[in-house]
Amino acid sequence: MATLIEIEKPLQKLLDQLDKAEHIQNESDVDVSKTIKDLKKKLREKRKEIFENLTAWERVMVSRHPDRPYTLAYINAITGGDFIELHGDRTVKDDKAMVGGLGSIDGQSVMFIGQQKGINTKMRQYRNFGMANPEGYRKALRLMKLAEKFNIPVISLIDTPGAFPGVEAEERGQGEAIARNLMEMAQLSVPIICIIIGEGASGGALGIGIGDKVLMLENSWYSVISPENCSAILWRTWEYKEQAAESLKLTGEDMLKNKLIDGIIKEPIGGAHNDPEETFRTVKEEILKQLKKLKAIEPDKLIEKRIKKFCAMGVTK
Amino acid sequence: MGWFKRIKDGIQTTTKDKKETPEGLWHKCPTCKQMLTTEEHAENLWVCDKCEKHHRIGSVEYFHILFDNGRFKELETSLKSGDPLKFKDTKTYVVRLKQAKDKSKLTDAIRVGHGKMNDQDIIICCMDFNFIGGSMGSVVGEKISRAIDASLKKKIPLMIISKSGGARMMEAAFSLMQMAKTSAKLSLLAKAKIPYISLLTDPTTGGVTASFAMLGDVNLAEPGALIGFAGPRIVKETIGVDLPEGFQTSEFVLEHGFLDKIVKRKDLKNTISNLIKLFAN
Ligand SMILES: [Zn+2]
Repeated sequence: MATLIEIEKPLQKLLDQLDKAEHIQNESDVDVSKTIKDLKKKLREKRKEIFENLTAWERVMVSRHPDRPYTLAYINAITGGDFIELHGDRTVKDDKAMVGGLGSIDGQSVMFIGQQKGINTKMRQYRNFGMANPEGYRKALRLMKLAEKFNIPVISLIDTPGAFPGVEAEERGQGEAIARNLMEMAQLSVPIICIIIGEGASGGALGIGIGDKVLMLENSWYSVISPENCSAILWRTWEYKEQAAESLKLTGEDMLKNKLIDGIIKEPIGGAHNDPEETFRTVKEEILKQLKKLKAIEPDKLIEKRIKKFCAMGVTK
Repeated sequence: MGWFKRIKDGIQTTTKDKKETPEGLWHKCPTCKQMLTTEEHAENLWVCDKCEKHHRIGSVEYFHILFDNGRFKELETSLKSGDPLKFKDTKTYVVRLKQAKDKSKLTDAIRVGHGKMNDQDIIICCMDFNFIGGSMGSVVGEKISRAIDASLKKKIPLMIISKSGGARMMEAAFSLMQMAKTSAKLSLLAKAKIPYISLLTDPTTGGVTASFAMLGDVNLAEPGALIGFAGPRIVKETIGVDLPEGFQTSEFVLEHGFLDKIVKRKDLKNTISNLIKLFAN
């Protein structure tokens, strides 16, 4: 049974009815296929209505939907299972909040990196809620350098509430690890495509976010801080998170308008979690489309364009 | 001196900017309560003569300390913050900026100077903490970016003095992207093999630590500075117990391998100019 977040509550009644109807259809001789069809249509319309006009804060809630697909689900679907996960930063340990490895998309090799969240309570802890330590960023960098060596493009899937703010993270240089990635990614001689698939919080997201194309899924967010923490710092209470979400202009639409990302990937009606397969297909198509363009650009030119793009960001007078 | 005569306009000395130090005014060390006259305090480079606490100072003081005779040409003085997001929390960003300007007499949280340090050319970017907590917005990023352009063009070593609470929230993702921008620009400086000295001072945290501050060919820090990515309050909340003694101090960061050296303020100029001389080989 799907989990419903607050904005999806109006779906509850229809979902219950559908559940019952499907049960009757499967368990008895009564044909209710027309009822099922009607209910599905109603659900579709209701979902469309709900998801058409999401506020910034509601989008943040959707980006954190417990059923939303995470990085490894994308990788497995996009590669059709032709993926070999690679572990470790060769220095300290293997960070479970950051995954990566080699895979193939329609016959083209690519290097995946990305934060990984857990699908249940136990796994959420195992994945440290998608909050990487320095070794996670260093593992990602190691894999990117490996990709560069063999002229393989990098696909970075971003989904994190932030880099982990712990004692050991500080001891092992969280700031240095992220900074190093920013500088190294700027100079990487292979195409880099970054996709924010869920949460894009601050330096923790940016640490694997320097790409030739930076794209956001429709219901993802990307900013310097989460709305809750922004509210806590500026208003000294979490109460203003909705207003903070508005003020931060963290949706794909606003980020594109401010020329801070390169594009938005549409999600199915009802969000990525409502039809993961469709989402994976769209993301795969987008990756293939971008790869074709980026592979045609000479490495020097690619690096130059990438640096220029980021250097143009900001508003001064 | 001849070198300075070649620069037609914009020559500044810090003398005229220097803080008034009328006789009889006293400075009390917040750490050990030692009393110093403001004159003695300035002569001691704003370091307590008893406990050696390095008190927070701004670009005016650092330029005075580091440039020969306190003389330099200030670059990019006209850049000012926009308000791209029309940001408003308890007050608008525009009001915040105006108040910061009035209070600090600065245009933003960083100034860039080009001058001589022990007779060698250097470009220094210095952050000012008393402008919205030294936070990094578009102006800070752009000024650093242009300072790097000048460094590249003139083949002059670069130094950045960090002193910042991190990103400027009121510029949201624009401020986040300044991390990308400055780091990408520094990669060009690295490629051109022009030395970059990073000096981390109290405090250096957040997005500044996670970008240019940690990317020096040499990372230096003043003694006893707070240096970290996450702020100590956040780390404490995460772990739920008290932080270890000396956590996130310069000495801690040196011990864990992320600084090359801790340098006392009085030794900064000679250490840095010596490093640059050695790099020039
Ligand atoms: Zn003292």
